[in-house]
Order: sequence, then structure tokens, then C-alpha cells
Amino acid sequence: MGSFILRRVGVMLLTAICLTFIVFCLTNLYPNLEKLAKTQGNFRMSDEAVASWLDNNGYGGPMLVKYGEWLGVLPGWTRETEDGLDGRCIRAAAEGADPARFCGVIQGYWGYSTVFREEVGEIVAKRLGLTGILMFWVLVLMVPSALLIGVMAGMKEGSVLDRSLSTVSILTTATPEYVSGVIFIAVFTSSTVGLKWFKGTATSAMENPTFENFFLPVLTISLYGMGYIARMTRASMAEVMTAQYIRTARLKGVSFPNIVVKHALRNALIAPFTVIMLQVPWLLNGVVIVETLFNYKGFGWTLVQAAGNNDIELLLGVSVVSVFVVLLTQLISDVGYVYLNPRIRIS
Amino acid sequence: MDPLSTSQIALRILAQFLPVWIALVALFVVSIRYKRRLGLYGKLFDSTIGMIGFGLVMFWVFTGVFGAMDLIVTHDPLAQLSGMKNKKPGTPLPSPEEGEYAWYLLGGDNLARDVFSRMVKGAWIVVQIAPLATLFAFMVGITLGLPAGYYGGRLDTVLSFLANLILAFPVILLFYLLVTPEIVATGVPQYMAVVLFVFPLVFFGVLIHSRYRAQPQRNRTMLAVVLVPLFLAYMSLINTPGSKIDFWPLDVFDVPGGILVVFVSVVFVNAPTVFRIVRGLAMDIKTRDYVAAAQTRGEGPWYIMLWEILPNARGPLIVDFCLRIGYTTILLGTLGFFGLGLPPESPDWGSTINEGRKLLSIYLHPALPPAFALLSLVLGLNLLADGLREESLRD
Amino acid sequence: MVKEAYDGPILEIDNLSISFFTRLREIPAVMDFSVSVMPGEAVGLVGESGCGKSTVALGVMQDLGKNGQIVGGSIKFKGRDLGQMSAAELRDIRGSEIAMIYQEPMASLNPAMKIGKQLMEVPMIHQGLGAAEAHARALQVVTDVKLPDPARILDSFPHQLSGGQQQRIVIAMALMSEPSLLILDEPTTALDVTVEAAVVDLVKELGAKYGTSMLFISHNLGLVLETCDRLCVMYSGEAVETGSIKDVFDDMRHPYTQALFRSIPLPGADKSARPLKAIPGNFPLPHERPPGCNFGPRCTYFQAGRCDAGDIPMEEVVGADRHHSRCLRFSEIDWYAPFDAGEVHAPSVPGKVVLKVNALKKHYEVAANALFGSSGATRVVKANETISFEARESETLAIVGESGCGKSTFAKVLMGLETATSGQIMLYDQDIENTPIEMRNTDTVSSVQMVFQNPFDTLNPSMTVGRQIIRALEIFRIGKTDAERKERMFRLLDLVKLPREFAERMPRQLSGGQKQRVGIARAFAGGAKIVVADEPVSALDVSVQAAVTDLLMEIQREEKTTLLFISHDLSIVRYLSDRVMVMYLGHVVEMGATDQVFAPPYHPYTEALLSAVPIADTSVEKERIVLEGDIPSAMNPPPGCPFQTRCRWKAQVPDGLCEAELPPVREIAAGHQIKCHLSAEILGRMEAVIKVAAE
Repeated sequence: MGSFILRRVGVMLLTAICLTFIVFCLTNLYPNLEKLAKTQGNFRMSDEAVASWLDNNGYGGPMLVKYGEWLGVLPGWTRETEDGLDGRCIRAAAEGADPARFCGVIQGYWGYSTVFREEVGEIVAKRLGLTGILMFWVLVLMVPSALLIGVMAGMKEGSVLDRSLSTVSILTTATPEYVSGVIFIAVFTSSTVGLKWFKGTATSAMENPTFENFFLPVLTISLYGMGYIARMTRASMAEVMTAQYIRTARLKGVSFPNIVVKHALRNALIAPFTVIMLQVPWLLNGVVIVETLFNYKGFGWTLVQAAGNNDIELLLGVSVVSVFVVLLTQLISDVGYVYLNPRIRIS
Repeated sequence: MDPLSTSQIALRILAQFLPVWIALVALFVVSIRYKRRLGLYGKLFDSTIGMIGFGLVMFWVFTGVFGAMDLIVTHDPLAQLSGMKNKKPGTPLPSPEEGEYAWYLLGGDNLARDVFSRMVKGAWIVVQIAPLATLFAFMVGITLGLPAGYYGGRLDTVLSFLANLILAFPVILLFYLLVTPEIVATGVPQYMAVVLFVFPLVFFGVLIHSRYRAQPQRNRTMLAVVLVPLFLAYMSLINTPGSKIDFWPLDVFDVPGGILVVFVSVVFVNAPTVFRIVRGLAMDIKTRDYVAAAQTRGEGPWYIMLWEILPNARGPLIVDFCLRIGYTTILLGTLGFFGLGLPPESPDWGSTINEGRKLLSIYLHPALPPAFALLSLVLGLNLLADGLREESLRD
Repeated sequence: MVKEAYDGPILEIDNLSISFFTRLREIPAVMDFSVSVMPGEAVGLVGESGCGKSTVALGVMQDLGKNGQIVGGSIKFKGRDLGQMSAAELRDIRGSEIAMIYQEPMASLNPAMKIGKQLMEVPMIHQGLGAAEAHARALQVVTDVKLPDPARILDSFPHQLSGGQQQRIVIAMALMSEPSLLILDEPTTALDVTVEAAVVDLVKELGAKYGTSMLFISHNLGLVLETCDRLCVMYSGEAVETGSIKDVFDDMRHPYTQALFRSIPLPGADKSARPLKAIPGNFPLPHERPPGCNFGPRCTYFQAGRCDAGDIPMEEVVGADRHHSRCLRFSEIDWYAPFDAGEVHAPSVPGKVVLKVNALKKHYEVAANALFGSSGATRVVKANETISFEARESETLAIVGESGCGKSTFAKVLMGLETATSGQIMLYDQDIENTPIEMRNTDTVSSVQMVFQNPFDTLNPSMTVGRQIIRALEIFRIGKTDAERKERMFRLLDLVKLPREFAERMPRQLSGGQKQRVGIARAFAGGAKIVVADEPVSALDVSVQAAVTDLLMEIQREEKTTLLFISHDLSIVRYLSDRVMVMYLGHVVEMGATDQVFAPPYHPYTEALLSAVPIADTSVEKERIVLEGDIPSAMNPPPGCPFQTRCRWKAQVPDGLCEAELPPVREIAAGHQIKCHLSAEILGRMEAVIKVAAE
């Protein structure tokens, strides 16, 4: 088991390096840099001026070198100017401190956001915290209800209960967040319908999340994922319920509730577990949409801002974090699958 | 003129959709009549869920097609009529011209355009792009997934790693990285198109060659008949005057850069998932005796993959195809919602929802029609997939 | 729950009818079925697949699913009607009074629950025992089913046990609360023959020990003979004959029973002199049953206007003990008339050597641990060890062995799907052991072909039958035009006795036997010189087996093909093969002419194998040899002789030679070789395992 996890972590790191490199390349393409130069300098810069601005700010070198500097495995660039030595690490260093030779993601320096005028690391940490709260409530709402729906639908395949719960799950999977969110806002918050049960924005939830300002965003994200997990659980449960060992249990005289709880549940939950973990990347999507829709300034909102405003360093930081979140959940899903499944765990 | 009442609006909308109703009824009557002779498609009409799903999907397909023929729409979806800004559903035009439809059936949007007509036109965009993009994703996924599953080993490891690499990107991040004007300027999407769109050529080439390799004469004819037109289409598709790829003289049609990049990125996002499904199916089916029988009579690996394995994996693939069109529709909506790729005045559903939501607390009517349209199409595709799954399992 | 003493019949089924309801129609699965089981009695239920025997069992358990329903008759257990019981009453009876064991032991056990917990559940539910008492009881029963190290077994998960051990656990679970009735539905079909023999012995022994009545469902008449006191033969949803084993086996009174016995290879049957007689026609589908007698259309004694006039009741055979038959003419038929054997052929004469295998070895390297592995450690699986033999034109060479003996690996190497590790395979004068299939020329490929085991898997489900045969012709470059190939395809269909219309059919429209015929046609498409038949009939019903076997023999006679017949079924091997090669864990342990192998002296493994095979003949006496334990894994074979861990003769070899050294190949008679350390003297003292009593 130990070597298995180790190997998975290795693959994960390799994936992370590949992914961050791809993101780095895509964000540091010349048109992006040109735009950056023009927004930072002035819009009527000549091509030569753009080139020299980029050189002066360390965007000049070859892609691999720049990536190495950003990652922190190559020494940061330095350059003599009239005001003395300028360089990546000099800009990164705190006032008065000696600049380090390496200053990249590994050393904890994530760059500087051109839009927020703040260190990327700080922005990411703050926004991630806000999104963490959102995700926590989403998982609290989504996972238990999805599993419950799935198990109840799957334990008697073809029954009325199954039919109605399945229809509900299909409906929720067919409703992306930007549709359900719009409908919820229209129905529950607008003055036209007049219910006004909830707030249409979640901006105030950043300081003080309450049921009124936070429930709609949470519900919107949860619903889309819920149907999917419920359908997986139902399929898995229905399959387990037709398994031969369930018949064995029934013919042993085990009562129906005990069959479901003691014999079927554990086997039926192995497959959905993986699904739930792999659902996290989709949740990230939902987070971006919902945070935009409800104006909740979390991680997803930051992503949109960074991408929309060509804030290269911030976008890089956000990408790295989201890629890591995804990879981490994949790792948990793999390990958890093995753990849950005695057939693989003990061999 | 007076504003229309709710029931009048409903009746008039139903009337506008008349061509769609006729087409739907004709399709269902013919299909149910001959359902026993139509294989899996016919069996669909034994399942209520499948029929509802199919009905919803075909409703939007016909709406898209007839809308494109200017049959259903009441106004130009881009025309801004003064005085119609944010007007309620059923509002009459202030000064209708001769032959002009006198009402905005579902009201006017923030720029005084007809919401109803925009919704109908939006269907055409989805109906064009979503199935085609899904089809390309399937070509890519199948062409790579079959050998990965069939051979296994190192090839599988490499391909699976690449697929996982793409899957580890949150989709929106990928869109933000790929679908920007800056990226289009570098030509990256075009290069990706060069790679992605070559897969259908490879697919059909190998498909035919493996089948007819024992008869060289027929093999050549078939390859020429299929591959030459495909190649011409391919070259026209990737060759765009004034872009990085501009050398092909026989450029028949051009795809606008925005549409191309949307198309490419949607294919790119979907292909790895299809790859995984096909790979799993191939791994399962390759253990069957009929595959061993083909091996023992000396069939080539591609014949086995494409003619022995693929046809027997069609059930799950067809089901996934329907689900994936739905998912692609959602992705297109997401792109529109973030204003990526398609031009801002485009009537696609995602963009209209995005525009409508900004004034949602005051005006509901611009955002809700495209929202429900998208919802019902995706729901239809999901129900259709469910019905197909149920019917293909039953035999 | 306290069990009451009861001395009437344990189970009485009266005129039971069960139907399944689909969207289109009602499908009767069981009609007018009666049987009773007395205390301590074992009743066999025999029939081909689809005859309704398993449905009867599920009917008794009242577990027919959503679509199944009892539409007539009654099932009484100890005098109480099971159909009238409430769900709670049924739950009380299930597991404590009636227990059931079925085919797939792995599937019958919960993969995520420890064995101990699954066993303890039974007494905890029914006797209300506490955990500690239940554990003690589980330990005792696991000891009873003769599993080694019961405490460890209780603490393991099902996948950690072998198939034979799992089936013993399932038996233990059924016996946990000492039920009055045990229903066994093909309990040994998924197991190897030697393991099956041990499980059958165990069931018999425990049945006697606990005084349990049994309902034993099987398609294997030999197995029923060994386990049961009475039997009931079913055909197409009806019981056609019931009676004591002796009456039904020796004085049968129904044409189907008779036809069944004539179609199975019993000792004495011979492919040339006394061929099997297949039952003509096909098993009727449940919704296409003929009027009157269901067996009518296939019956040699059929009289139109009488047998198809109306429903036929069960009639008692006078002068026997509870012997009934569902035949109008049973008192008119001369049951002892010698049967017309049909065509008798001269035995074929083997021609020149076609295939020569010399010291062939095939080793695989596998990761030591499938999931967590690839960290360097690999293990070698020795799938084939020094196989040497010759096969001649028109000869049938049988390769016999249980799972894991390496017979399938050998077939793969021969076909070119794998290459040999060392050794030589000569096809005529051509070396082919290192030529993978894609490097072989068309001629070589078409002359070595294969018939596969599973008829439901052998044809591509999405291609018409004709298209699949034509494809084989195309690939073998036979015929210049499409028309020529089509003509040739029709002739191949004629060859395997299928109507030409079948060319347009999809495989799912064919029965198992028909599919297997298409598979045979495909194998012979390129004029194959050598055909490897990998258990070609083992998945087919008994009556179809005979027809397919005969077909193979007939084509072989005409085409002078060399047939390599891979099988675990010694009865059929004895019937059709000229020479036999017995394999165990990759080694050829014995090889010789069929008569030599089936008569002493044997290799100890052959001896055990022969003893394990159930034979449906009351005049046969067998010596019971039960092998201990399971077949070792080819990944971790025992040192010395591969069979030494289970051999009962090991003590006869001095100095522990068996554990130390691999025995050499010895020729003990002309053309008869064995791989054993036993001295010639001890081998000479061996007695025949199967003795046919003089009639």
C-alpha cells in the first residue's frame, strides 16, 4: 500500500509539472505579454518599446528558463539599471531584506498581481478560504442527499419511488448552474415574483454567511452535482441488489432493511466514492459560475478577474492551485477506492 | 394596439411553432408505424421516457433548422427597435411596418431586441455545433482509445497519462486559457484544429483499409471515394485566409475564428473522456472469443479494433453520445455565459442568459426563455440517453 | 425458533405451475409439476438448460422476482403451504428450515464482508444467539466442511479463498442452522472435476450426518446417480419421468429419458463402432411449445393425431415404487429393443506426422503484485514445461487437464498468439514456434485453426453468420470473386448441416449448438489441417453435445484433419480420441493411446481424475479417490513432482524423491509414457478405477 501511494504521488507530481508548464506557456504567449506591456506602460507603445519593456521586466528569455525561474529551480533574473540592481528576487524580497537567489513557487513567491496590486500568494490564500467555506457547505448538502436519493432509488429498481427520484436526478443533471442560478434568483429574490425569501447576491456572505444570503449559491452548486452522484449511486445500488450474494442473504432470512444496510450499502458505495472525488473538478466549474453569478468574491471570482484582465501572475497562481486541488482529489479517490475494496486491499 | 394577455401569448407562440409541430407529428407517426423494423431507434418508441426525450430533442432540432430558414422567428434577432427596450412579453411594436410581426412575444431585451426570435436563432447555433463537436470528440477518442485498450502496455500508459493531463484541468480554466483573442492571434487553436480534425481522416482510412486489404482493387477505390472529399473538407476547414495557415488554393468555406476556437476547445475537453470510455470497453471486449477467433485467422490489429470490437461497443457509446451532446450544450452555454469565443451580439443561449442576468432582479423575461430552452434540450438528451440505455439492455 | 418434529413428507409440490410475465406475453416456465421429498431423502432434478428446474427451486424459496408468479398448484413444506405464508413467516423458514446453495460460489458470498460474519449472521437471526456463541457455531461448522485452519478462514474475505473453499463455505452457511431441506442448484458446475468430487462427497456425508433432505438440481446424470435416491427428469417445463434412481436409469419409461441416455458417452460407446445418437431437432422455446407432448416433434415414437392431441398427464408405472411417466405410449413401447446405432464407420487410420512438438516451454513473467507492483519484482509463471508429442493426419489427440494445467497456453503458442520460450513446433517441415501469427503466411494460418469453448462468445454479435464465414474466406484468400466466396460459404453451411438461410441471420437468432456449428464452419473455411478444439461442447446441453461431436468427427473423417481436442471431460475424451495426453500444472504427466490411459497402470493424477468423473451408469463401480486440497498455483509450483502435494501414492516412493526431484518421462509400454517416480512393480499392482459390472 505504501509503495502504491508513493507511486501515485510521483505520477501526480509529474502531472503537476506538465500542467503548470502548459499553463505557463499559454499565459506567457507573446500576444498576452504584449497586452500586458501596453496596459502597464501605455497603449500607444511601439513594437520596439514593447520588446524592451518585456526585457526590462524579465519576460524576455526563453520559455523554459522563465518557467524555471517562476518554479524556483533556476535563479531569478537580474539586470543592472540606473537605480542599481533590479531582478525578480529583488522585487520579491521584503523591504531591506537580502534578496535570495531563487524565488519561485517552491520558495513561496508567487508573483505580484497587476490588478489587485497585491502578492499573488496572499490573494490566493484569502480567496481560497472564502471558497473553502462555500465548498464545505456544498459538500455537506450535496453528498448525503445524493447518496440518500441514490440508495433509495436503487434499492427497489423500477418502483414508483425509483421512477420519481430518478426523474428528479435527471432534471438536476440537465440544469447547469448558470440556468438553475438564474431561475432561483428570478423566483426567490426578484421583486417581480415577490417571494423575496433569499438575497440575490452573496457579497455580504463573505463576512457573515447566513442562511438568507448563502443558501442559494450553495444549493445551485449542489444540485448540478447531486443528480450525477445520485444516478451513479442508484446504478451501483441497483446492480448490487441483483447480485447473487444479496439473494443469498435474502434466502438466509435476512430482513429487507438489514439487506440494504448490512449487505448492499458498502458494496454499492465503492463506485460512487470515486465519482464524488472526481466530481470536485466539476465543482470548481460550478464555483466559478456561481461566484460570478452571486458576486461572491472567492477563488472562482478571482480566476475570472485574473483571466479577464490579463493578470498573468495571478492567473498562474490560481491555475496551479486548482490543478493541485484536482490532482489531490484524484489521489484521494484512488487510495480510497483501494481502501474501500477489500478485494484489492488484501491480495 | 393592446398588449397581449398571457393566454394570447401562449397561443401565438404555439402558432409560430407550427412547422415544428407538423414535422414532429410526421416523424413520430412514421417512426411508431415502422418501429419494429428500425432496430434500436425503433425500440426507443417502446419507452415512454425515451419518447419524451426524443420529442424534446427533435423539437429543438426542428426549431433550429426551421429557425435558420427564417420560418419561426418573428423579427431579426439582431435588430434593435426603438421603444422596445426591456418591454414585457406581449408588448406591441410602437409603429409596426407593413408585414412586420406586431408584437414582441416574449418581450424585448436590454438592447430592445426580440427575445423570442433570439431564443429560436440560438437553437440553431447549438444544433449545429454541439452534435458535430461531439462527433469529432468521438472520432478522436475512438481512434486513440481502441489501441490503448487493445494493446495496453506502454502505449496505454502514455495515452492515459495525456488524457488525465487534460482531464485534470478545470474546464473553465482551460477555456479561459484557450478561448481568448490573444490565443487566436498566435494560431494555437488552428494548430490544434490541424491535429484534431485529422482524426476522422485517419479513422475512415484505417476503417476501410483494414476491411478491404485482402482485395487491393476495391480497397483503392473505396479509399479514394471516401478520403478525397474528406481531405478537401479538412483542408478547407483548417485553411483560413489571413491566418497562420493560408496556403491551400481550394478553400471552399471558412469558419470564423471565434467559432473555430470554440469548436476546437469543446472537442479538446470532451475527447479524453470518450477516450477513457472507449479504452475501458476495448479492454473488456478484447477478451472475447470472437476476438481470439479473428486473431487466429490472422486479422490485423486495426481490423479487430474497428470491425470486431467497435461494433460491439456501440450500445454504451450511443448512450454516451447523447449524454455528451447534452454536456457539450452546457459547455457552449458556459462559454457564452463568460462571453468567451462567440461574438457578443450572438443570440446563443449562454450569451443571452449572461446578458439577461444582469438585470434579473427587475426584468425576468430576457433571461428565462433561453434558460428554459437550454434546460429542456439537455433534459431531452438525458432522457433520450436513459431510454436508449434501458432499451438496449432489454432484449 | 423451535423446530417441530415432523414425519410426513418434508416437501410436497403438487401440480405446480409457474409463469413469467413479460411485456409481450405470459411465458409458462413450469407446468403441472409434482414431486415430494421424504425426510432424509435426496431427490435429483435433471434436465437441460431452460427446462425449468431452477425455477422450481426458486418457487420453493418463494423468490421468483418481480415477473415470476405461481399460477397454479401448491408447495407444502412440512405440511404448511409456503404460498400462504406472510413475508415474516417466510423469513423465519429461509435459512433455518430451507437453505439453498447455487452455482457460482464467488458470487454467492458478499465480497465486502468477512466470512465469519456472513456465517454468524444465520444463527444470530434464527436462533437469537449472541456473537460469541454464533462464532463458536461457525467455527464448528467450518471444521465440519473440512476446511483447514477454520479460525483463519473465518477472519478472511471471500476472494482470499479458492473456488472449492468458497463452495465449502457456502455449504457451511447453508448448514449453520441444520435445515430440514437443502436445495442445491448445480452446486459444482463451476468447479474442476477433482474439486467437484470432493464437494459432492462432502455434501453426501453431511446430508447423512445432519439428516437433511435434499433437492439436487443438475444437468449431469452421473452426478445425480452418485448423490440421489430418487430423481425427476424435466423437459421443457414439465416433469416427464419420476422414480427411484434404479427404475429411471435401468427401466426408463419415457422416450426423452431414453434419448438422453443414448446421447451421453457412457463407457462402451465408441465413435466408430457404437456412435452416440443425438436427439434430433431443437429444444422448443417456452412460447413455441408444440401442442400435446412437448417432446413429440423430436420423439422417435411419435404418433400424429395422438401424441399432439391434448395435454398428457403423468401416469403411474405399475409394479414399481412411485415411478411415473408422462407418455401416452409407454406401455406399448418395447423398451429393451436394441437400439439402432446408425452409421458405423471403420476406424480411421492415422496418416503421416503433421505436427511435431519437441520439448516446448512457455514461461510468462508477471508482476508479483498486480496492483501495487511494477516495483521490480516479477514472478515467472511456468505455463508449459517440456511438452513433446507428435500428431498424425486424421488422428484425434485429446489434451486433458483441469484449470491451470496449461492446455490453453499450449493452444495459444500453437496458434501463434504467443511465442514459445524454448523448444520446437514443427508443422510438416516448418518451424513455427517463434513465428507470431502476424508473421505467418496465409497458408500456415489457414491450416491451423481453432474452435472455441463458449458458443455465446465465439461469433461476433454484430455481423451476420454468412459475413463472418466470408470474411474468413477473404482473409485466407479463397475464391476470386464475391460470388465464388458466397458459393463456398453456402457449401460450408451445408457441411455443418445448417440451412443456407442462416447466412443472413445474426448470431443472437441462433441456439448455442447452431453457433458452435458456425464456429466449426469458420475454422474449416481455409481447409484446416489441424483444428484445435478448446472444450467445444462443454458449454452445450447434453443432447446437443452429441450432435456437435458427431459433426466434428464426420468432418474430420472427410477432411483427414488432425484434431487436438482439449477437454476436462474424460467421458467424451474416451469416446472420441485416439490418443490422450494428460496435463497437470504445465507438465504432461501421462500420454498414450486411449485404451492405455484409461486402463491401469495409471499416473496417480489420471487415476484420481478418472475416479472423479461421474458416470451415469448403474452398472459401473468406481473406486472413490478424493484428492486433498486445491490445484497449486502455476506461479508457485511445488518442488519436485508437480502432483506430489495431492498424490496418495507418495508414500510408496522411498527417500522423499517426489519432493526433491522432477520425475523423468518413462515409457511403460509402446507409445505409453508417464512422468512418475513409482516403481514398475507398484504401477503393475494398480487396479482399475472404473469397473463395469458384468450384465
